[in-house]
Amino acid sequence: MSKVYETVIGLEVHVELATKTKIFCGCSTAFGGAPNTHTCPVCTGMPGSLPVLNKEVVNKAIAVGLATNCTITRNCKFDRKNYFYPDNPQNYQISQLYYPICRDGKVEIEVEGKKKYIGIHEIHMEEDAGKLIHDAYTDSSLVDFNRSGVPLIEIVSEPDMRSADEVIAYLDKLRTTIQYLGASDCKLNEGSMRADVNLSIREVGAEEYGTRTEMKNLNSFKAIARAIENERERQIDLLEAGKEVVQETRRWDDTKEYSYAMRSKEDAQDYRYFPDPDLVPIVISDEWLEEIRGKQPEFREEKKARYQEEYGLPEYDADILTGTKKLADIFEETIALNANPKKVSNWLMVETMRLLKEKEMEPEDITFSAANLAKLIQLTDDQAINSTVAKEVFEKIFAEDIDPAQYVEEKGLKTVNDEGALRATIEQVIADNPQSVADYRNGKEKAIGFLVGQTMKAMKGKANPGMVNQILKELL
Amino acid sequence: MDLNLTAVELGKKIKNKEISVVEATSAYLDSIEAKEKEINAFVTIDREGALKRAEEVQGLIDAGKVTGPLAGVPVAIKDNMCIDGMLTTCSSKILSNFKPTFTATAVEKLQAAGAVIVGKTNMDEFAMGSTTETSFYGETKNPWDLARVPGGSSGGSAAAVAAEEVPYALGSDTGGSIRQPAGFCGVTGMKPTYGRVSRYGLIAYGSSLDQIGPIAKDVTDCAAILEAISGKDDKDSTSVKETGDDFMAALTDDVKGLRIGIPRDYFGEGLDAEVKAAVMAAAKVLEEKGAEVEEFDLSLVEYAIPAYYIIASAEASSNLERFDGVKYGYRTAEFTDLHNMYKKTRSEGFGPEVKRRIMLGSFVLSSGYFDAYYMKALRTKALIKQAFDRAFEKYDVILGPVAPTTALKLGESLSDPIKMYLGDVYTVSVNLAGLPGISLPCGYDSNGLPIGLQLLARHFDEKSIIRAAYAFEQSREYKRPAFAVERGL
Repeated sequence: MSKVYETVIGLEVHVELATKTKIFCGCSTAFGGAPNTHTCPVCTGMPGSLPVLNKEVVNKAIAVGLATNCTITRNCKFDRKNYFYPDNPQNYQISQLYYPICRDGKVEIEVEGKKKYIGIHEIHMEEDAGKLIHDAYTDSSLVDFNRSGVPLIEIVSEPDMRSADEVIAYLDKLRTTIQYLGASDCKLNEGSMRADVNLSIREVGAEEYGTRTEMKNLNSFKAIARAIENERERQIDLLEAGKEVVQETRRWDDTKEYSYAMRSKEDAQDYRYFPDPDLVPIVISDEWLEEIRGKQPEFREEKKARYQEEYGLPEYDADILTGTKKLADIFEETIALNANPKKVSNWLMVETMRLLKEKEMEPEDITFSAANLAKLIQLTDDQAINSTVAKEVFEKIFAEDIDPAQYVEEKGLKTVNDEGALRATIEQVIADNPQSVADYRNGKEKAIGFLVGQTMKAMKGKANPGMVNQILKELL
Repeated sequence: MDLNLTAVELGKKIKNKEISVVEATSAYLDSIEAKEKEINAFVTIDREGALKRAEEVQGLIDAGKVTGPLAGVPVAIKDNMCIDGMLTTCSSKILSNFKPTFTATAVEKLQAAGAVIVGKTNMDEFAMGSTTETSFYGETKNPWDLARVPGGSSGGSAAAVAAEEVPYALGSDTGGSIRQPAGFCGVTGMKPTYGRVSRYGLIAYGSSLDQIGPIAKDVTDCAAILEAISGKDDKDSTSVKETGDDFMAALTDDVKGLRIGIPRDYFGEGLDAEVKAAVMAAAKVLEEKGAEVEEFDLSLVEYAIPAYYIIASAEASSNLERFDGVKYGYRTAEFTDLHNMYKKTRSEGFGPEVKRRIMLGSFVLSSGYFDAYYMKALRTKALIKQAFDRAFEKYDVILGPVAPTTALKLGESLSDPIKMYLGDVYTVSVNLAGLPGISLPCGYDSNGLPIGLQLLARHFDEKSIIRAAYAFEQSREYKRPAFAVERGL
């Protein structure tokens, strides 16, 4: 009989904080500038330059710590992590080892109706490195320091997760929480959220942990799930074959659905951590903490409950709408413009979701404004456009954030409510389709549908469907 | 022109239009040219830039835009302070082609006060050394005896002032690097309280210990220079906003009631008898002027050197990691891959003393040794600071020697680094405790070499030091080295 294994997973999650300037200098954190344009002597490690801490980084780190039930270290410090690599201009990274800003937190996750806490060992602040670009033409490597000094927090969990589903639930929880705080946009595909998976297996019931591996280069939730499954299988195969799991760092290749060893524990560097003498300890006062506590937003769970209670939305809808801060924001902004909450929810749940899926976009990528969605809902409420036209107009709003009123006007999409014009068109349709007319009169009720369709076609979809039905029946 | 003027005296003459800024600058540039072959105090001499700047500063003075005591006075800057566009080498091969893109805050402040920079002074490589012999650019000679070292690491700055190549200079002090060469060269040097002067633009050696300070002919100059360069800087988190920075107000020649303590521990084995006698005589002078002088036991003195070399080397091993041949500075000519490039660049670019301290520092920070060495050194540092705090409950000023001996012969220390380290016994604890200290001449030994007197005070109480030093200074004449007199123009 084969053994039954349990997977033990802990996560190290790096999150890029959404501050305007870098952690230790005044350079912009904006993504995508020409190489080495967002740089200065500090973030390029020039001799004589000194780091000065950006207080906003501390604010955001504390906010995340409070939201994840951590203890805030009132007297925290930065340390230097020493290692040589060209993307690291000082050849040491300023990070926190001895006194990280947050410790001993936990977040609640829910998988298949079961709730569970995942412990957070610590959260520390650090600086990002630059980016190496290999130039094949000159066969040399170039460094772009734009990203050097962009603030990061690293959230280290306890080894409390037991499946890929729990990992995804935990990551989703972190992502929505941090997004709600406005501390980061948490995009895995752009690298503003990066997760390294520490995984080991053991026989069910065993008390000791197995030897773990660390998996890197996981750029989507799907890749994480696949990598976990793959690594679990790989470790089981090793043990079943009487071999040992080697403690090592592995790199996931998502296109090949395969990981390979990058470095083993024996190659691990001694980072010679020590307190950075260029930075003074950060003393976090009660007042400072209370100020941040007072600014904490309404988080997902509270919002979800409120949406159900206040707007009568089904739990499923409330769950989807609060799933990302972006959707919740659009929902609330549109309602604030006096749109009916259920109608707003409908547009977001149905059409928006459909278009996101079709265009392979994330809710964070939405660019349309609440104002234009509200106007669209107003147009349908006023029966100025019918639902078919509304969907067509929404696609334009979704793509280009156009003003629907202006668009409907310019394109002549307004519903024709003019009875005279409708009557003339319908008379023509009846004249052109004697067979359908005969069918209807012979009791084939369905035939009227065809005639309505023909009328709508003749009116280019702009006819008021209620009136068309009414007039048709009358004339027939 | 009289090259023996102090900076403040020269500033006055420039203000009174007795001497123009260009005249003064040319005179010192000529003096440098005449003496450098023998002294080698400079790494870079910027004749063209200095003369151009002199004209500009004259214009600013004439327009009433610069009025301070240092307006128009030439200065030399230790070669570990960045100046935009000017070669800044730390006297190391690894930075032998390095021109910074910005200027150190302390230097910027001097420029704003109307200083004319004539060049950059020689030093021990990366400020690691007590003799200025570890420089890639050759050793600097002591103007009092060309066969002797000027001290270090700010030996170039101290020798340049003593040799009258420049009226004053900036140095930096991590374990005595301003005070000891000032003592060896018979000039006055001051290490301010840690945090008093911005370190921005000072290429770091031991970041928690480094301070920039003045080297000049007398206490008045030091007070004036310190007023110009001190202050909180937003670019240096370890700089502080503190009062008590009207240093020139302490030039009163009044020490009545000033409580001075003399640590008995400083006068034991290893201290040269002539140095001891001169320092005790200086204490007597201050006592006669009304100060209350008393001996006491400071304790922990023997732990200062090991703690200092562990902490300073640990920080240095990390600070010097950025010199890797990737971004600036020297890069080895041929290499096979990245790690080979790092290895060859750093092996070829750093001198033996720097390598020794990088290895020592890397060792004490490595896992398994960190607690036994680095953490223990930090605890020792805290205890030393407490010992000083206790002493300053009773005394306003602590008085003692700067170094156990007068200037050593060239080459004597290089063969025995431990001996060189032990020479720092009176200076390093001051950096560990972050205290201010001054070194000024208090006599001459039988070889005619200057003897340095060191005065210390509480954090940010530079004024007590200035008060005591100025009062003592009034009791003696400033003595010029024969070299300066003979080579004078």
